[in-house]
Amino acid sequence: MNAATFAIIVASATPLIFAAIGETITEKAGVVNLSLDGSMLLSAMTGFAIAYTSGSVELGLLGGMGTSAFVAFIVAFGGIRLRLNQIAIGLILTYFATKLSALLGGEFVRKPGPFVQKMSLPGLEDIPFFGEVLFQQNPLVYFSFFLIIVSFWFIFHTRRGLDLQAVGERPEAAFARGISVNTHRYFYTILGGAFVGLGGAAFSLDAKMGWSEGHIANYGWIALAIVIFGGWHPLRVAFGCYLFGAIQIIALKMQPSLPDLAQVLPIAPFPLMILTLVFLNMRVVQGFTMRFKGIGRLIRGTAPSALGESFWPD
Amino acid sequence: MNSVQQIKYFTGAIIISLLISIFFLWLIDAPLVDTAKLLVEGAFGTNQRIGDTFMIWVPLLLASASLVVTFSAGLWNIGVEGQIVAGAVAASFIAREVQGSTAVVLTLMVVGGFVGGALWGLLVGVLRVKGGVNEIFGGIGLNFVATGLIVYLVIGPWSRDGVASTGGTEPFRDQAWFPTIDGLRASPLALAIAFLALISVMFLLSKTNFGLRLRATGKNSLAANRFGIATSRYLLMAFIIGGGIAGLAGVTQAGAVYHRLVPSISGGYGFLAILIVLLARFRGFWVIPIALFFATIAMASFQWQLRLGLHSALGGVIQGVLVLSVVLVMGYQEVRRHREQITTRDETAP
Repeated sequence: MNAATFAIIVASATPLIFAAIGETITEKAGVVNLSLDGSMLLSAMTGFAIAYTSGSVELGLLGGMGTSAFVAFIVAFGGIRLRLNQIAIGLILTYFATKLSALLGGEFVRKPGPFVQKMSLPGLEDIPFFGEVLFQQNPLVYFSFFLIIVSFWFIFHTRRGLDLQAVGERPEAAFARGISVNTHRYFYTILGGAFVGLGGAAFSLDAKMGWSEGHIANYGWIALAIVIFGGWHPLRVAFGCYLFGAIQIIALKMQPSLPDLAQVLPIAPFPLMILTLVFLNMRVVQGFTMRFKGIGRLIRGTAPSALGESFWPD
Repeated sequence: MNSVQQIKYFTGAIIISLLISIFFLWLIDAPLVDTAKLLVEGAFGTNQRIGDTFMIWVPLLLASASLVVTFSAGLWNIGVEGQIVAGAVAASFIAREVQGSTAVVLTLMVVGGFVGGALWGLLVGVLRVKGGVNEIFGGIGLNFVATGLIVYLVIGPWSRDGVASTGGTEPFRDQAWFPTIDGLRASPLALAIAFLALISVMFLLSKTNFGLRLRATGKNSLAANRFGIATSRYLLMAFIIGGGIAGLAGVTQAGAVYHRLVPSISGGYGFLAILIVLLARFRGFWVIPIALFFATIAMASFQWQLRLGLHSALGGVIQGVLVLSVVLVMGYQEVRRHREQITTRDETAP
């Protein structure tokens, strides 16, 4: 594998990073937004449609963010205000948003549209190897680097980040300390949703240019799985996204040498990723990693304790 | 419990979903009156169409029955799609390999399909119980595997002579076809299996000791465990029974609808059934009319596409709007009722 291959992996993982980090932020606050698979499809469609109609990629990206932020608002409203089961709401929205993207996106299918332009970073692009892998990309990719680092720093090293964790881990205690739990949850659910939408639009305007029905189906489930795989930690979540990108590239490169499996290989990374997660989650494996502190800390992670539960200070 | 109030809110939810649906119809320039007319005509206009509608009803009933079982145990069985596929693959295997009379072949297909779906469901269950893997992700992972498996079989070992396409396998021999009413595609046997499965599930859950313990596990597994119920055994049983019933949907799809194995054998009915049981609030009886209504919309969706040139996703959007509106509005009603109870309690307190 050469630098060009790594550059493709980094570029192709970018939309997933937005989506998975967005969901990480949401889940850290104790809310599950399970609608990702539909939500991303819908924002990929609206993002492309807006960019196509207006000619502006920036407007498209913003439109995509707004779309999934609205879907996330419905999750928050149903899960927090109405105390409905968040999984139920998420599944309904997955189905609804998927169908809606197909219905409203009909006229944009397979049309050539605008996309995010490449922009090498002067100075940094000349660094041997890393320059080509990391800095001869487009602004979206650079923003994904920024988001990974900032979300990590924010969640673990700022006052507000600690509040965010408290709301997801021990809402009663956070409430007792004067933090308005549900306002925080609304805010971070919608913020996370906006990043999920950026992920969707980044697919249709960059990594997987264009729109067609079911364009990026299943990527939402992968993003959700990677959040668990990454143990709700932005750096490990990002690693999971790059790993998935790498598996995809490998599957693509294997296609010519395995013609019998040509139809199966493109979908192979999806079960592979989820089964990897499943494997790491097994109690047997967890017990094994417990004996080795270093590895254990690398692959183990626990969900926020109040994940998916509603909180009402009656 | 004020049921008059509930009916009021429910009616309101239906009206809201109608208005939103009309908005989407307006958005895509659909002729309102023709679309509405075709909803009924498309599904029930001719005997042929009634038969076809019933054949969509069948997998929806079966997948819903499956989900009622697993949800009673507190499980979100998103793996239902994969279990339908597993049932269809098992039934196709028997249809290809077993020689004999129609009665023998069909019986074996039903049994084999149930076992196939049950084993696929059990896999999710074992991952959950022994591996601590959330059933949503275990299920989705295995859905992907099932999709890969069926595509591999259809274009690989089970492909038609000389043509390796995703179009499907060779049609089954006559003995593996579910008998149909003359001139229609509807199979009374398939409908009977679906109703038998649903009624058995309702009986099992409400009238047996097993059902009581299963529901106790679903309501509060910690308490159930303290009470001496081996909860993990009940979770696994729920996956076996639920998976098996989902597998039956695969059997009827392969044996009574397509008469061969195709990659899209599940038709997305597993996921649609999740919406049905959510709307029915997991009560078996309500699954019957709701599944029929959803089958009506699905059938009308074909006609909308065929006759009015509307997008095939329209039906799905309307189904989604309906379920979303009802769930949100009924949730709002619950919250209000809760609030009112608190205020009356506070007022009457000394």
